[in-house]
Amino acid sequence: MSSGKNAKSKNKSTAKKAEEDAAFRLVTVYIMGKPYKVPAEATIMGAIEYAGQQIIRGAGCREGFCGACGAIFRLPGDYKIYSGLACTTVVQEGMTLTQIPAFPVQKAVYDLEKLEPNAATFQKVYPVVFRCVSCNTCTKVCPQGLQVMDYVNAAMRGDVEAVMDLSFDCVCCGLCAMRCPAEIVQHKVGILGKRLYGRYLRKHSPELAERVKQIEAGVFDKEFSQLMAMSKEKLKKAYYDRDME
Amino acid sequence: MYPEYMAQSLKKVVQTRAKRLELARKKGPVFAPMNADQRQQALDKYHPDYKSDSKQKVNVGPNKGEALTTEVAKILESHSWVDPEKIDLDNPHHETDLLIIGGGGAGCNAAITAMKQGVKSFIITKLRMGDANTMMSQGGMQAAVSTTDTPTRHYLDAIGGGHFTNKPELVRALTEDGPGVVKWLEDLGVIWDKHEDGSIQVLHGGGTSRKRMISCRDYTGAIIMRTLMDEVKNHPGMITYREFLPALELIMDVNGKCAGAVCYSLDTEQFHIIKAKAVLVATGGFGRLHIRGFATTNHYGATGDGLVMAYRAGAKLMYMDSVQYHPTGAVFPEQIAGFLITEKIRGAGGQPVNKDGELFVFPREPRDIESSAFIKECETGMGVKTASGRDGVWLDSPLIDQIHGEGYTMKQFPAMHRQFIKYSIDIIKDPMLVYPSLHYQNGGIEINDKCETGIEGLFVAGEATGGVHGRNRLMGNSVLDYNVFGRRAGQYTSEYVKKAKTGKLTLKHIDAHEKEMDKAGIYTDLVTPVILPSYTPEDVKIRRLARSGNALARHEMLKTRVRPSG
Ligand SMILES: Cc1cc2nc3c(=O)[nH]c(=O)nc-3n(C[C@H](O)[C@H](O)[C@H](O)COP(=O)(O)OP(=O)(O)OC[C@H]3O[C@@H](n4cnc5c(N)ncnc54)[C@H](O)[C@@H]3O)c2cc1C
Ligand code: FES
Repeated sequence: MSSGKNAKSKNKSTAKKAEEDAAFRLVTVYIMGKPYKVPAEATIMGAIEYAGQQIIRGAGCREGFCGACGAIFRLPGDYKIYSGLACTTVVQEGMTLTQIPAFPVQKAVYDLEKLEPNAATFQKVYPVVFRCVSCNTCTKVCPQGLQVMDYVNAAMRGDVEAVMDLSFDCVCCGLCAMRCPAEIVQHKVGILGKRLYGRYLRKHSPELAERVKQIEAGVFDKEFSQLMAMSKEKLKKAYYDRDME
Repeated sequence: MYPEYMAQSLKKVVQTRAKRLELARKKGPVFAPMNADQRQQALDKYHPDYKSDSKQKVNVGPNKGEALTTEVAKILESHSWVDPEKIDLDNPHHETDLLIIGGGGAGCNAAITAMKQGVKSFIITKLRMGDANTMMSQGGMQAAVSTTDTPTRHYLDAIGGGHFTNKPELVRALTEDGPGVVKWLEDLGVIWDKHEDGSIQVLHGGGTSRKRMISCRDYTGAIIMRTLMDEVKNHPGMITYREFLPALELIMDVNGKCAGAVCYSLDTEQFHIIKAKAVLVATGGFGRLHIRGFATTNHYGATGDGLVMAYRAGAKLMYMDSVQYHPTGAVFPEQIAGFLITEKIRGAGGQPVNKDGELFVFPREPRDIESSAFIKECETGMGVKTASGRDGVWLDSPLIDQIHGEGYTMKQFPAMHRQFIKYSIDIIKDPMLVYPSLHYQNGGIEINDKCETGIEGLFVAGEATGGVHGRNRLMGNSVLDYNVFGRRAGQYTSEYVKKAKTGKLTLKHIDAHEKEMDKAGIYTDLVTPVILPSYTPEDVKIRRLARSGNALARHEMLKTRVRPSG
């Protein structure tokens, strides 16, 4: 992680120094089998970079939104497979890890305009949904803590709103699809659900329709021309005089 | 969890909260907004752009003689990856009508719009599709949809926020197209936050005089980006995309028109030549240049590549002396330093307070003003210091539930809550520690309202452009920007390619650039575009071995890339 030079100061109290030492404590992690000593406070992504690798696949937003950085790991003396986003998961002593930056997934190609918001659509576009064996592995693996299996089940019932709501925060890292014994592509199902909801089930917004009509009819043309022709001084005055909601 | 040494200050924040809640419940601002003079003073004294070494004269190219942000001047005064002599332009790997460089919001909007005009496009992008700043916007998009608002009022807010330096025709396009964009996205399946009666939820943002910020919880960009990407991928016959294939240079034809790009596969390290009738640069911003060593909110590939390519091809830049620092970047915990805390937090009632828990600035000043006020507070000893030496002020988020009712924060800010709870900080109970973070490229390649540059066949849209926001962008206007101008680019490139004829391809502008550098006496080992920043510790780099045959390993070449200092 880079640091803002401007935000740095030189004077350190002893308490702060102790904190800093903690920050430079090193732990050993195994990146694809190879041991590296990295700062104890590092994220998995930070550790990989500290070890000297230039990430090409496996980093995008670096802030937990894009899902480029899915990682799986095990901890010493523990049989479990853990997972997380490399950009926001902090390393632990003895962690053995790998990034899964890409997992083969086929996105269905469809014409949203020809779909209906119901179970039959999920059946047609992603029939694999109906193979769910309710093992809940997808939910357990989700780094966002989403109820993934619940939205897969909602898709089977044709409850588009629930698919939308439960998958809203999905970052599409694809770890669920990777672990799914039924080979479902949960994150893609979530996107379909959201688009169906937005397109067909959203609440109608009369004020939006009206505003679009006004603009098309040129209602604001005159005012725009006036604003664009204003001198800087006049514009300034209008700006600083404007009222606030 | 906050460390012991912050407890004292946190206690004060709690103590002053009731009083500040009172203020928030009253009508009117919780702190007096600055007037024009006060604003100017705050900028002059504390904004990073106003520090003496923040700018440097550029000695080559269309803006020659102009002072630009130092790091920008440096990447412009640098060598090309491409040796024109070694590139075979006569046998391009691909030919297309419209080449779109950048698979973010602007690029995808353009591809979909062009498709509707019957024009085929080819998107090349550096990382994966959607690995882009577009994916990350949380707060929302401005659009004058509410009945109390008008597009012309939006115009006034935007141009005032930009200190009256914005190009009027671009501001008009931005604000007038806004409501249409809301509908366009909704029809593609974007889910806007709405009230029970169907009306769209609008909130305040910095510098807005009406509630105008519309959103998709705090995953606004993620929802829009994934919707656009899904649509792009639904039309394989019309839109082709290639990932991990950044462009390095634009290709021109002998008549001075832009006619393609030299690209570079990050997987196989090969050059790819793509010939096109028109080219759209939609490469986004430059946060990963870490201007003045600042941490950034931007995605991994935000290295200002479009600026470099277009500049070498002869396009003029506008306002590349101005950088946007977002007032509220995370400062603690260290792992998420730079992480963006959406302005919507302040829009919803979150207040910035100093180490004594006191308000010191109106929470919704335009960003450059708000940032300057934060820096002032820290530089005058009223901030909170972290163990790793960072400074910050508190952003008091617990007020939000107290104002709007329990559960509001969870519903409106799930991403934010999730990010902090990982480090045992519950933003419903505790404030966040913040400091300005490098956020947005205010300026860029100059365009007109058709996204045209001075070069025939070269169009630009989105964060890579300059002029829309003047020297300071308001929150929510860049999500609107990439939608409005992405669509416009799709429209006007389509009209253009239907008539365009491409002549013989050439890269002689690269030779000319090298000659000009030589003439100006510039000696540098910097090779740009930057493509990816390097976070490899310096000592590790030095230990690296060259590959056999003295060819440098790909990673070693990254040595010449701009590194964050600090
Ligand atoms: C954390 C964060 C939060 C934000 N929140 C808001 C908000 O709430 N409201 C708001 O209005 N704005 C917000 N913004 C700003 C806004 O999101 C961006 O300005 C906008 O999305 C830019 O869109 P774009 O399409 O121009 O660029 P991007 O979305 O960044 O897309 C550019 C694309 O080009 C690719 N690329 C770059 N170089 C090359 C190359 N050489 N060859 C090929 N491809 C290349 C990139 O990889 C990327 O995919 C935010 C930005 C960030 C970083
Ligand atoms: S890099 Fe985007 S989620 Fe981790």
